[in-house]
Amino acid sequence: MAELLLELRNLRKSFGGLVVTDDVSLDLRQGEIHALIGPNGAGKTTLIHQISGTLAPDSGHVIFAGEEVTRLSMARRARRGLARSFQITSIVAGFSAIENVALAVQARSGSSFRFFRPVGTEASLNGQAMEALAEVGLEHRAAAPAAVLSHGEKRQLELAIALAMQPRLLLLDEPLVGTGAEEAERLIRILGGLRARYGILLIEHDMPAVFALADRISVLAQGRVIATGTKDEIRANPIVRDAYLGEEEA
Amino acid sequence: MRWRETAVPLAIFLALAAAPFLGFGQGHSLTLLARAMIFGMAAISLSLIVGGAGLISLGHAAMLGVGAYAVVVLDHARITEAWMVIPIAIAASAAFAAVTGAIAIRTSGVHFIMITLAFGQMAFFATSSLAIYGGDDGYTLYSRTELFGSRALEGRLFFHFTCLALLILCWGLVQALLLSRFGRVLRAISENETRARAVGFEPYRYRLVAYAIAGAIGGLAGVLLANGTEFVAPAYLTWQRSGDLLFMVILGGTAGPHGALMGALAFILIEEWLAHLTEHWRLIFGPLLILCVYFLRGGIAGLPRRG
Ligand SMILES: Nc1ncnc2c1ncn2[C@@H]1O[C@H](COP(=O)(O)OP(=O)(O)OP(=O)(O)O)[C@@H](O)[C@H]1O
Ligand SMILES: [Mg+2]
Repeated sequence: MAELLLELRNLRKSFGGLVVTDDVSLDLRQGEIHALIGPNGAGKTTLIHQISGTLAPDSGHVIFAGEEVTRLSMARRARRGLARSFQITSIVAGFSAIENVALAVQARSGSSFRFFRPVGTEASLNGQAMEALAEVGLEHRAAAPAAVLSHGEKRQLELAIALAMQPRLLLLDEPLVGTGAEEAERLIRILGGLRARYGILLIEHDMPAVFALADRISVLAQGRVIATGTKDEIRANPIVRDAYLGEEEA
Repeated sequence: MRWRETAVPLAIFLALAAAPFLGFGQGHSLTLLARAMIFGMAAISLSLIVGGAGLISLGHAAMLGVGAYAVVVLDHARITEAWMVIPIAIAASAAFAAVTGAIAIRTSGVHFIMITLAFGQMAFFATSSLAIYGGDDGYTLYSRTELFGSRALEGRLFFHFTCLALLILCWGLVQALLLSRFGRVLRAISENETRARAVGFEPYRYRLVAYAIAGAIGGLAGVLLANGTEFVAPAYLTWQRSGDLLFMVILGGTAGPHGALMGALAFILIEEWLAHLTEHWRLIFGPLLILCVYFLRGGIAGLPRRG
């Protein structure tokens, strides 16, 4: 069995009286795409927040590559190889596409306390940024201001930023949301190609995409993991059908 | 539109260099221009905090104050050599910024404004209580800062060009900073902090360094301010002065040091012009500034873009 990349142990989180993460334990192996599905408001994004460090859990542990990271800041986790994308696109709108990606390259290569040399001319940063853009098929838009990219292109840019971090684990929060059929197909192909190099925790509502990509699937409902298993196990699971798949897969 | 960021400042620097020879060479004009240039430096340094780091400081006058009072303390000890005074003043203001910033930058938004205001007021009351340096009444320098023992800075024209040279230096420095690795991180943090964190940057460190650099430049402006008037008083550190500086930055536009430069010059010149027109100039100045800010969302620097 491949190395355990991510392990969640008994995570709990509530907002006031609302329990959004209810004793969640999960694991993810190197080279695996583990999909996390569940109805709106199930607590998927909140879980990603706790893994990436945006939110602290009330209790429980996040173990990444064998080390406890529960108390580390988001930036430290990012530098250790935990990259995330956001459900609501989060890019630096005032930067060009390539500068958004180069920022991520810069974060892992050398000190950023350099004050005089114009960063725009650093060939190695730009070169690596360009590679990441090419990987998601956005190289022709490198110079475009991020603000003018189409919605689908912004999703691609988010993915390029995450790849440029050279992470070990990708946390992707609905990468396909709002993309057109053609763009979605392209993104699914890209994600499939990434499998070998990264572990991927994929949140997605697009069921055909999930069943095309995932090695394992966990189903979250009201903050609880109600099932984890292979595609076939999940398809066959009566509780899951009731709670979630029922209408969509029928 | 990168060219405008350099073309406009270069035009301003040329105009400032030519001004003494084009009818602005008398004492009063030179005093006014020196004042404009010194506040230009101060506004540029503040723009690094406001535009660069995305933080609104209402305590920036204290940075100038620390620089100016460093000159006073040294003057009192009969140390007036520029190569002593300037580094010490810069170090003092940078240290003041680093220490107060270390606390202030843990907050943001309104809290940051209030904490910088509070530190500014602390500095103000501290200088007021320095009886040895004149307390509230201020302190008159024995002499201007000397360059290798020479009294060159007392020459009006020499002082004018010293201010201009340092203004250009500060502008170039901040401009280079914003285009560097450090500046890129700073810009990313101010525009989308979550994104910057998500790729691995801790905003705190970068903001703190920017704050200390802004303090250092502010301190240098304070040295010139003290030299320009040969007098230093707690009035240099009032929160109203901090407010003026903030106004200059917002008036000019927070997109870069060129905005702050334009804002400072416009502020000082409009103030002077109105004061000539009427003794009730403050009644006009306030509303005028409000209108400027209201109608010029990108500041003066954003103006030509609309036209
Ligand atoms: N900061 C917050 N404060 C209070 N409640 C919150 C907060 N963030 C999320 N919630 C609530 O927690 C629950 C889970 O939200 P979350 O965004 O994690 O769901 P999700 O599974 O990602 O849903 P979706 O599929 O719509 O993205 C929701 O009921 C939401 O309203
Ligand atoms: Mg969500």
